[in-house]
Amino acid sequence: MKVLWFAWLRTRVGTGAEDVDPPSSVDTVAKLLDWLAARSPGHAEALAKREVVRVAVNQSYVPLDHPVKPGDEIAIFPPVTGG
Amino acid sequence: MAVRVQRGDFDVGAELAALSDGRSDIGAVTSFVGLVREMGGPGRGAMTLEHYPGMTEKELEAVEREANARWNLSATLIVHRYGRLEPGDRIVLCAAASPHREAAFAACHFLIDWLKTKAPFWKLEETPDGERWVEAKAEDDAAAAKWTTR
Repeated sequence: MKVLWFAWLRTRVGTGAEDVDPPSSVDTVAKLLDWLAARSPGHAEALAKREVVRVAVNQSYVPLDHPVKPGDEIAIFPPVTGG
Repeated sequence: MAVRVQRGDFDVGAELAALSDGRSDIGAVTSFVGLVREMGGPGRGAMTLEHYPGMTEKELEAVEREANARWNLSATLIVHRYGRLEPGDRIVLCAAASPHREAAFAACHFLIDWLKTKAPFWKLEETPDGERWVEAKAEDDAAAAKWTTR
């Protein structure tokens, strides 16, 4: 699956996009965030405060218990500040 | 209904005129223009707007659809810029056209309140101490929430 990072999460992680292949047991957004947090110190720092992390799967907002599967586009970002 | 996400500026007069051009069923056009406000001294406070291409358009279209479901509207428009913007630059235009002013006023207010909490844009401010990501404001959540309780 493809993971996209935006705003200060991107600067912490060090990249805006990465292709990842987590084990099949990683089947929800919450489990994916746990798995991603273990990838590097930057990932851990980006995901340290889960309450300020928003997630979209295939470009739609989803809750943490939403399923994820191979082929999904997962975007992880802070609360939005447009307008 | 129309949504545009673009780097360049827009002409407010031309955009509003185009909403009602060739139509005689529209009695009111309202608009909101958001600008970069100076911060930290005269002329200071440039910012760079990042967004999520694809999802941004989807979310703006969803905001427009919701407005059109709630009010009797003849046309709506959202234009939102991204990239580096300086104080005084236009950021966003929301417009609503309707047979009557009440719906046009309410829908325009709704469009900007909802897009601020839903459209995936992030502002990176240039401050005297370096760059800083703008944090989401509780007031913006409250402004959007008032439309869910009506």
